[in-house]
Amino acid sequence: MSVPRNALLGVGVTAAILLAIGVGSVRLAPGEVIRGIFDADAGSAAIVRQLRLPRVLLAFMVGGSLGLCGAALQALVRNPLADPYLLGLSGGAGLGAVAAIALHAGSAWAVPVSAFAGAIGAVALVYRLAVVSGRRLDPRVLLLAGVVVGAFAAAVMSAIIVLSDAPTLRNAFLWLLGGLGGASWQALGVFSAYAALPIAVLFAKARSLDLLALGEETAEYLGADVERTKRLVFVAASLLTAASVATCGIIGFVGLVVPHACRLVWSPLHRTLLPVTFLTGGIFLVLADALARSLLPPLELPVGVVTALVGVPLFAVLLRRTLA
Amino acid sequence: MIIEARDLTVRYRSAPADALEGVSFGAEPGELLAVTGPNGSGKTTLLRALLGLLPLRRGVALIGGRPVGGWARDALAREVGVVPQREEIVFPLRVREMVMLGRYARLGPTAPAQPGDRDAVARALARCDATQLAHRRVDELSGGEWQRVRLARAIAQEPRVLILDEPTVSLDVRHEMELFELVRQLVDDGLAGIVITHELNLASRFADRMLLLDQGRVVRTGRPNEVLDRDVISRVFGWPVAVTTWCDGSPQVIPLRPAESSTESGKP
Repeated sequence: MSVPRNALLGVGVTAAILLAIGVGSVRLAPGEVIRGIFDADAGSAAIVRQLRLPRVLLAFMVGGSLGLCGAALQALVRNPLADPYLLGLSGGAGLGAVAAIALHAGSAWAVPVSAFAGAIGAVALVYRLAVVSGRRLDPRVLLLAGVVVGAFAAAVMSAIIVLSDAPTLRNAFLWLLGGLGGASWQALGVFSAYAALPIAVLFAKARSLDLLALGEETAEYLGADVERTKRLVFVAASLLTAASVATCGIIGFVGLVVPHACRLVWSPLHRTLLPVTFLTGGIFLVLADALARSLLPPLELPVGVVTALVGVPLFAVLLRRTLA
Repeated sequence: MIIEARDLTVRYRSAPADALEGVSFGAEPGELLAVTGPNGSGKTTLLRALLGLLPLRRGVALIGGRPVGGWARDALAREVGVVPQREEIVFPLRVREMVMLGRYARLGPTAPAQPGDRDAVARALARCDATQLAHRRVDELSGGEWQRVRLARAIAQEPRVLILDEPTVSLDVRHEMELFELVRQLVDDGLAGIVITHELNLASRFADRMLLLDQGRVVRTGRPNEVLDRDVISRVFGWPVAVTTWCDGSPQVIPLRPAESSTESGKP
């Protein structure tokens, strides 16, 4: 039963990557793409290897990471509408990154650290807000707090950008919209270095997330160490979101839409859901980026705009189903 | 004693009084203890304190002779299975998957489920008469089916102690009786059972011993005919009752209407 679905997913990953490498100002057929990857002397090698392959792989890794964060956070806060963007993590990470850029501390390795500090700060604030409203944590209030903290972070970000000098402003503004224009092998390397550990942590916590999705008290009774799991997952998701935001800006809705679809088609059990969500999230962002590059040539849309155009209607559908 | 509370005392932060005060009791394998009392008397607090989810002001909860705080959560889940009062279904699983969650404390974080685990799940489903539900989604079950599935999940933990918090709330007579019969059988097969319940009359018929709580304190404990005293029950629940005896010898509590309480003689 699951073998054809898994095979289909593998084919999907390969096809999306080949297709996306072919898209751009110079169109390449899949055959040329494959030759460009494997043959250094092929005519398409330079364009494929130096420009498109790192970009597509980065899109895949970032999309997968955002999907993974969404799936883990949804289980943790027991709300299918949660994702790094709506919980304020992306906003906090963005603020951290903008602050680093404005202070001219914006090296490729430093921006993710500052973004991580911002994301952790946002999580702490969101949690604090959600707990103040009542004795026990309400997942719905948590989401509301996330949106509020996200809006606050966006406001401070705008202020910093406006008050900075001109070149910094332009850089920060472009990056903020979300885009993979800055992709390079180095960016892919930095991202992977920061993302490897949190991805492993989230995969290792798959069973604990199954239990936490039932509620914290039930999870304790079934053997989960709830406080430890929550801390680990929040920190891992913050780090992963921060690495994504630092590399390619704020990209919303990947973490919202992808886990939901995977839960329907595969399983809500996280040992299956997390890897499948990672691969599907990767496919989603690779295709969204290809769309962003090819919709209005020679202009390039920010990829965050494309994910929002797809994500918002889906969010509306989800909201109706959740409240029904 | 497989599970024991000694002088359990709990006070919630910023509360003026103790939610539990000096509660002591224990349960042996093969014994069913019913914990009862009015709303807000501390029954669920007792469960959470017993399982180490609340900080204690005084006293100790012992599982297998060891303080509960010294147990890792997964090791504890292999000793004690709990069916909590409420549970939200946010991401609906299939029944078989839901019952398999009871095996997680034995599986660890990464190992795949073994044939032994699948057997345990199948046995637990069969035990709770839920085998035919295995492929259903849990959000499509009736109230009685859902309780049986949650009980099966606790059985799949293969615990030595089984604790149920208000398991028959909103169940009709048949499902209520089925559940109590099932719990009684499981206890007769060697589990130590604790049922938190409002159902005084069912507790009286199924439990070996009862514990009556009021405002966080033990008012009475003992066999059902020692606990279900007319004056004690009337006072604790704040409503006049009569106590009669069913043909199996168990005392049965009948709440009285105002006109009946003046002439009440203790007999129907």
